[in-house]
Amino acid sequence: MNVNQHTPMASPYGQPQPGYGHPGYAPLDGGYPVPYAPYNGPASAYQPGALPQGPARGPPTSGPPPVSVPQPFNQYSPSQGDVQNGPPPMTQAPPRPAASQPYNQGAVNPSGPHSSYPQHYGPPPSMQQVTNQMTGMQINSGPPTAAGPGYVPPHSSQPPISTAYSAAPPPAYSQASPPASSAPPQPPPPSGPATSQQYYGSPQSPSQQPFNSSLPPTSQQQFTSPAPPPPSSQQTFPPSSQQTFPPSSQQTFPPSSQQTFLPPSQQNFPPSSQQTFPQSSFSGPMPPPSQAPAPPGSQPQQSFSPAQPPFSSAPPPVSQPAFISGPPPSAQGSFPPRAPPPSSQSGSFPSAGPPPTSTPSSQYQGPMPPQQQHPPSQPSPYHAGPSPPSVQMPPTSMAQSNHLPPGPQGPPCPPGPMQQPPTQPGMQGGYPPQQNGAFGQVRGPQPGYAGPYPGQPNYGAPAPAPAPAPPAQKRLDPDSIPSPIQVIEDDRAKSTEPFTTGVRGQAPPLVTTNFQVKDQGNASPRFIRCTAYNMPCTADMAKQSQVPLAAVIKPLATLPPDETPPYLVDHGEGGPIRCNRCKAYMCPYMQFIEGGRRFQCGFCSCVTEVPPHYFQHLDHTGKRVDCYDRPELSLGSYEFLATVDYCKNNKLPQPPAFIFLIDVSYNAVKSGMVGIVCQELKSLLDYLPRENPEMDSVVRVGFVTYNKVLHFYNVKSSLAQPQMLVVSDVSDMFVPLLDGFLVNVNESRLVIESLLDQIPEMFADTRETETVFGPVIQAGLEALKAADCAGKLFVFHTSLPIAEAPGKLKNREDKKLIGTDKEKSLFQPQVGFYNTLAKDCVAQGCCVDLFLFPNQYVDVATLSVVPVSTGGSVYKYTYFQAQSDQERFLNDLRRDIQKLVGFDAVMRVRTSTGIRATDFFGSFFMSNTTDVELAGLDCDKAITVEFKHDDKLSEETGALMQCAILYTSCSGHRRLRIHNMAVNCCSQLADLYRNCETDTIINFFSKYAFRGVLNNPTKAVRDTLINQCAQILACYRKNCASPSSAGQLILPECMKLLPVYLNCVLKSDLLLPGADVSLDDRAYLRQLISCMDVSESHVFFYPRLLPLLKLESGSLPVAVRDSEERLSKGGVYLLETGLHLFLWVGASAQQELLLNIFGTTSFSQIDPSMTSLPVLDNPFSQRLREIVDSFRAQRPRYMKLMVVKQEDRAELIFRHFLVEDKCASGGASYVDFLCHMHKEIRQLLS
Amino acid sequence: MATFPEYISQNEERDGVRFSWNVWPSSRLEATRMVVPVAALFTPLRERPDLPPIQYEPVLCSRATCRAVLNPLCQVDYRAKLWACNFCYQRNQFPPSYSGISEVNQPAELLPQFSTIEYVVQRGPQMPLVFLYVVDTCMEDEDLQALKESLQMSLSLLPPTALVGLITFGRMVQVHELGCEGISKSYVFRGTKDLSAKQLQEMLGLTKPSANQGRGPQTAQPPLSNRFLQPVQKVDMNLTDLLGELQRDPWPVTQGKRPLRSLGVAMSIAVGLLECTFPNSGARIMTFIGGPATQGPGMVVGDELKTPIRSWHDIEKDNAKFMKKATKHYESLANRASTNGHMIDMYACALDQTGLLEMKCCANYTGGYMVMADSFNTSLFKQTFQRVFTKDVQGSFKMAFAATLEVKTSREVKLSGAIGPCVSLNAKGPCVSENEIGTGGTCQWKICGLDPSTTLALYFEVVNQHKAPIPQGGRGAIQFVSQYQHSSGQRRIRVTTTARNWADAQTQIQSIAASFDQEAAAILMARLAVYRAETEEGPDVLRWLDRQLIRLFMFHLRRSPFLQVFNNSPDESSYYRHQFNRQDLTQALIMVQPVLYAYSFSGPPEPVLLDSSSILPDRILLMDTFFQILIYHGETVAQWRKAGYQEMSEYENFKHLLQAPVDDAQELLHTRFPMPRYIDTEHGGSQARFLLSKVNPSQTHNNMYTWGQESGAPILTDDVSLQVFMDHLKKLAVSSAA
Repeated sequence: MNVNQHTPMASPYGQPQPGYGHPGYAPLDGGYPVPYAPYNGPASAYQPGALPQGPARGPPTSGPPPVSVPQPFNQYSPSQGDVQNGPPPMTQAPPRPAASQPYNQGAVNPSGPHSSYPQHYGPPPSMQQVTNQMTGMQINSGPPTAAGPGYVPPHSSQPPISTAYSAAPPPAYSQASPPASSAPPQPPPPSGPATSQQYYGSPQSPSQQPFNSSLPPTSQQQFTSPAPPPPSSQQTFPPSSQQTFPPSSQQTFPPSSQQTFLPPSQQNFPPSSQQTFPQSSFSGPMPPPSQAPAPPGSQPQQSFSPAQPPFSSAPPPVSQPAFISGPPPSAQGSFPPRAPPPSSQSGSFPSAGPPPTSTPSSQYQGPMPPQQQHPPSQPSPYHAGPSPPSVQMPPTSMAQSNHLPPGPQGPPCPPGPMQQPPTQPGMQGGYPPQQNGAFGQVRGPQPGYAGPYPGQPNYGAPAPAPAPAPPAQKRLDPDSIPSPIQVIEDDRAKSTEPFTTGVRGQAPPLVTTNFQVKDQGNASPRFIRCTAYNMPCTADMAKQSQVPLAAVIKPLATLPPDETPPYLVDHGEGGPIRCNRCKAYMCPYMQFIEGGRRFQCGFCSCVTEVPPHYFQHLDHTGKRVDCYDRPELSLGSYEFLATVDYCKNNKLPQPPAFIFLIDVSYNAVKSGMVGIVCQELKSLLDYLPRENPEMDSVVRVGFVTYNKVLHFYNVKSSLAQPQMLVVSDVSDMFVPLLDGFLVNVNESRLVIESLLDQIPEMFADTRETETVFGPVIQAGLEALKAADCAGKLFVFHTSLPIAEAPGKLKNREDKKLIGTDKEKSLFQPQVGFYNTLAKDCVAQGCCVDLFLFPNQYVDVATLSVVPVSTGGSVYKYTYFQAQSDQERFLNDLRRDIQKLVGFDAVMRVRTSTGIRATDFFGSFFMSNTTDVELAGLDCDKAITVEFKHDDKLSEETGALMQCAILYTSCSGHRRLRIHNMAVNCCSQLADLYRNCETDTIINFFSKYAFRGVLNNPTKAVRDTLINQCAQILACYRKNCASPSSAGQLILPECMKLLPVYLNCVLKSDLLLPGADVSLDDRAYLRQLISCMDVSESHVFFYPRLLPLLKLESGSLPVAVRDSEERLSKGGVYLLETGLHLFLWVGASAQQELLLNIFGTTSFSQIDPSMTSLPVLDNPFSQRLREIVDSFRAQRPRYMKLMVVKQEDRAELIFRHFLVEDKCASGGASYVDFLCHMHKEIRQLLS
Repeated sequence: MATFPEYISQNEERDGVRFSWNVWPSSRLEATRMVVPVAALFTPLRERPDLPPIQYEPVLCSRATCRAVLNPLCQVDYRAKLWACNFCYQRNQFPPSYSGISEVNQPAELLPQFSTIEYVVQRGPQMPLVFLYVVDTCMEDEDLQALKESLQMSLSLLPPTALVGLITFGRMVQVHELGCEGISKSYVFRGTKDLSAKQLQEMLGLTKPSANQGRGPQTAQPPLSNRFLQPVQKVDMNLTDLLGELQRDPWPVTQGKRPLRSLGVAMSIAVGLLECTFPNSGARIMTFIGGPATQGPGMVVGDELKTPIRSWHDIEKDNAKFMKKATKHYESLANRASTNGHMIDMYACALDQTGLLEMKCCANYTGGYMVMADSFNTSLFKQTFQRVFTKDVQGSFKMAFAATLEVKTSREVKLSGAIGPCVSLNAKGPCVSENEIGTGGTCQWKICGLDPSTTLALYFEVVNQHKAPIPQGGRGAIQFVSQYQHSSGQRRIRVTTTARNWADAQTQIQSIAASFDQEAAAILMARLAVYRAETEEGPDVLRWLDRQLIRLFMFHLRRSPFLQVFNNSPDESSYYRHQFNRQDLTQALIMVQPVLYAYSFSGPPEPVLLDSSSILPDRILLMDTFFQILIYHGETVAQWRKAGYQEMSEYENFKHLLQAPVDDAQELLHTRFPMPRYIDTEHGGSQARFLLSKVNPSQTHNNMYTWGQESGAPILTDDVSLQVFMDHLKKLAVSSAA
């Protein structure tokens, strides 16, 4: 929890920014290393930054800051080095002085502690500057100045975050150790907070500069103590950490490691532990020092050992930093800010700070050297683990601190130079220590920050800055910017047991975690995930918190092979037994009374007679004796056999049909699409979905081709040759034949194959370029109507339908409208025709899957209306070329055809009295307010349901929901799938915040926002999101966090990633389009998001970035944060978004690596156009291909592999997915955004 | 001088013309008093194998309003190389090519024996013949199979260069693309939506390639075929296979429903297809109908079986809700087709009605055939269909296409109109009368389809005023100019010029009376009556007819299905009238007054009165009503036959007796088109009703005992017998004379 507070870091960052700005640069320089360096620089920057602030801001982006940084660094350097490591403190002391001076000036606040920092800062930057910097730093990374000031204070206060942490931690822990929260939190928090607060307090006072404030506290204490590099820090930390730590396992980990590494992990893991940590950190922050101490000696060890292991990935980062002249990266700009935050954070997070300090020392001692000596060596360090940790996660923060130390030490000089060199050679010199610490180990320093910073290399760099700020930063650092990677890893580590669904209100493991589920009465999280597992009892609370109450339901989700699919229940001719009043289906929430003769509905409390054939006696607990024999009484998910009453027209359904409608216009033929589809269908038809693998599929198929007119095919088995029936009356579509259009594949195989062979030939010379679209769907619909069955249309389409026909469209793409109020109209369908058509399709159970192969604008917004309303999918292959895109297309097609799908479905969500499903998001159609109608529903489609209160809920009964889906299975059986879910209700907001799931919230937010663009300008949509997010966090701050200075950014443990994820949503192409993003792409995204489940949306918004250095079978390398700073020039990375798959190759990637992957040792010989990896007979290549395959298998859509060479043109595309960085289209970096968020929150609180 | 009958017969032989009067009263007043107008039955394509082909074009009168063709009646000045038009008296110079003309070197057209002459036009492209099959698929498999075989057979009868197309319909209408490899393609249209030719053109992708594809040398010459109409020689195999694969309409027909049959749209598409591809070129749309149109434009009955198709009763009660709309639809189709020179055949084979009443104009306007049978699987249909493709000695089809008939008259005579399978071309001219009879108001008609028996009734009006007597010996001349497309693709022009003497009715009444052609007059009046029956209320027509003419002949006409609808379905009436209006005089006579032959041991076969008294037990009767050939075995004969006497060698004469009418019937069957229904029945047989309904009911249940018991068979009818009819007429004649 506290960890979350990292965010505070952000604020700190904000402060740092100015100074960090430089740091930021530093980060830019060499990825992490650089970052660190930058940080260092930043640190120095801080000082100078303070001065340069203006520059600093600039700096963030460019070198200038660095320059200033260097100076700062110099100043810091000494301190930093110390600071970061346990030493940091030590160093800090020195730096602080310097910084402190500046701070003092600026922040002055940092009375004592600050002083030290201030000095650092102070000196370099003028007082004013410093203040500015501070302000800037604190507040916004981006807008350092303005925000800065404001932020600064807050941030500084935030640092107290630690307090928050304490608070937060408790919650997190709370579960684990509620006591912790209460007790620990308090105790530790108190202590921590106290300490931190104190620190912060001081920082706060220094309002001017969070750093000061934050730092001061920590730094002061710590620093002061730390100041004496390792020793002090150690001392200070150890004690504190130890003290604090004691509660948590942290102790187990060396304080240092804990702090550094653990923190992150802790965060992820047991919030509790984290909390403890946090606490500890708080107090711990102080502890960190202890850690620091440990770090020096133990840290490295710990960090390495513990951290490394965990953060195996981390290493790369480190290396990256080293390699990457991360510093150069513009991110710097962002970084700087971040860096500041960190610093501030560090300040706030004394613990963090301390560690850093301590680490610094250690780092300096150990790491530094290496780095300096051998930037390359860095990798090794990383390898060692420390570095990795630092890189990746919070650990980084922890680790970072640890690492930093190393880095600083080594890097300081060399690394710094290396990284920063580009930007701030001079700076580096000065900074070197810090930077080095940071950079060298890159992570090392950052690590400290890393935790926080890691997320943002920049920050990472900032970390260094923190270092400079060390005093303050130190603390901030560890907790600073929350790292998604850390959170993910922590969750993984703690989810070793199967998740049992029986406990009401228990949040499941994250979507990124592999876990097994045991259904004990609630639906598996694979079916339903909620934003909150502890719903507020009243509407007021809900409104106050602004936390969306929603569930993401994936009714037909595919379960892993080791979990049993829902059992089938048959209640006989009478159909499923239901509540008389609300019609809820029999489920575990039904309470049997009167000896089993009646049951009381858990939803509406109505009492219903038990039908005689269903009667069963109750045991002494009031449970039915057969409770465990009946899935519907003991499980969360099961299926009922539906009776004829549940069928359309009271007639049992016919088996569904698949109709393939293939565009055969000039473009389609030329691109090779027609040939490919026809060729593929021949074999694909053997894989039509079926429930029983032993049997042949009962799905019938039909074929249509079209351009300006439609060609139906009679493929009746008795024919020698297929017959083509052309319907040119597209204005009034109809099906020209009945018998022979929809056929059984096995019976008509010869005719079908003959047809598929001939289609490409027949149209090989076509000159028809115009196409229709509306009539195509109408045709399919009419065919299904004629056959009186439900089914699915697979439409393969190429161009804007401009031929004269219903649904004719015109090109309305107008770049000038982008960003204006009229932009929204571009997302709305151009004509109403398709809405009507969609309605008809739904009525018939006609689901439409659309495969687009456009070469230009096709108006996806309009074309996708029908697929989206019918539960279908849209696939888009822009500039389709047979050679390069065939694989992706075919795999998508195969999957799409084979996957299990239900038809003609109606979904109804029933809830306990008190709440009500009010809004639905997804691919479906609704003709009233309660029934979600899905012409088709496949295993990949999720529906997000929002709940609102219409009355009070009670804590005893909790809130129940039952999602019932009535559908026709692919073998033509009518089924009812029931998913039940019970969550807790709470009257304390803290409980709410303790049981949230950020990934789900983001899923909801993104769907909400993506729908919002239909009616609002994108800017308004973004603002709404930011607002709501700010309100959520502010509410927490106000009601749940332990009191702390207003300048602190305190995040609830469960939501500490909310800002970073939200930023990703805000930066998405839909909400913030870059110049190269077409309207079609955006519309395409819009509909994609609308039916994503949580795991897809998670990876979509926060891509998975894996360093490929060492691959072990059975486990994946630990991911690194999505920032350029995390990339090492010498490394190779795999990035996955669920839609895209990139293999990024560093410019100086190791030859061995290249040889293993590509079979060549030359970077220049790598063919960037390859779409699949060469099959090489070495373990690395094999494992890599395994990984790629497993990624592809995980996602509903096939990802085409793109090889991106560093500094290649294609890298621009790749960079787009480094979501923690600033993006070209103006999206804020993580740090910037966090600062902004903090500012918003502060405004709300004031 | 030959007798009038000889003269008439000679004229008919040579020119294919029979006038009601062969000497014309010289003034309008007198002509009006004659009751029967001056009129002619003209058979434009009367077979004249002896005609020499004239390989040049006719010489026309230079007067713009006349343009009559040089003919043997013209006065020629051989020295001046001038000729005088015998219609307008314009003097015309011979064209240069006639410079060698002299009394001894006359061109054929000036020779008296060539009052009918045929020119072969060499100009212009030779257009291919087009045969477009429009096939119903809503029928029993047996029927469909028989139809498919007939159609496949017909392919072998078409000239190799003829273009052939195929449209099938059921619930949908399919236009089949021919000559495609592998997959067979067809364009499908909804059966409920009518399409204009332009829409159809676009939907079939037949728009001129000019717009988007300006390349390729083919654009220069208009394509003589397209994907839907291909030369037989090219698609023979393909089409045979296609026909072979034709399936019964696959759409399910639920209990109590008629299949949905889009006949109206199918015909519309056929017309549209030809309209946009081969306008003004000979084409034959052959529609094979297995039942009534039940949906879309042109539907004549709903698909509910519980609602029977309209009867005369419904029509009289104005209870046929689809009739008017459908009739309008088909009328417009018929007009479109005839405008473009395309004929529409209808082969309706079903036990129930198929809507011929509504569709009749399609055949009537375009000269197409209308054939009615019970099933495609009958020899009636098979033979008839085969006979459509009858060829002459040169191997060309006897049928001709896209003809126009222009009639020119002397000044004293004007044209009132025509009745027959034609439409007006609305060509006003000096010879057009203001009084219309039949299709009038024009001197030109379009006859999209002709065969050697196609006969038009042309009605004239004598306009010469009483005060302006015609000089003695003056003759009224009429010239028939028929242009048509020969099945070889050539355009031909057949010119018939004929003249009749004028006579003053007051002084030469005997001569006029003698020139009266009773048969021609009867048919001409009958056509007029049928025409009026079609267009006016029934009873009025009979009354009018009674007032006009009183003859024995009229007794049968009154009872014929051409005027009487009782006991006939609307379709049958339409069918009979259609045939009556196009067949030549002989056939028409048979239709009105069937021929009855008697075979017995008492003598050679002899024609007997169409009277119930002719039905004797020891006779075999052969009745030819044109539509039916009926062999009726008298009671005794039937018993003998049943006893098997014909099998015994000693009764070989009986066998011969039985065989004689059969042989005669076969002869008739072989020559007649459409093939008559062949009925072999006997005394008491159910089919004997066909005979009994035709004979004069001289003996009925009312009077059978007053007549000789031993002769004849009583007819159970309320109709009056000829005897009564005549008595009544006589009374009327006297009283009216008074």
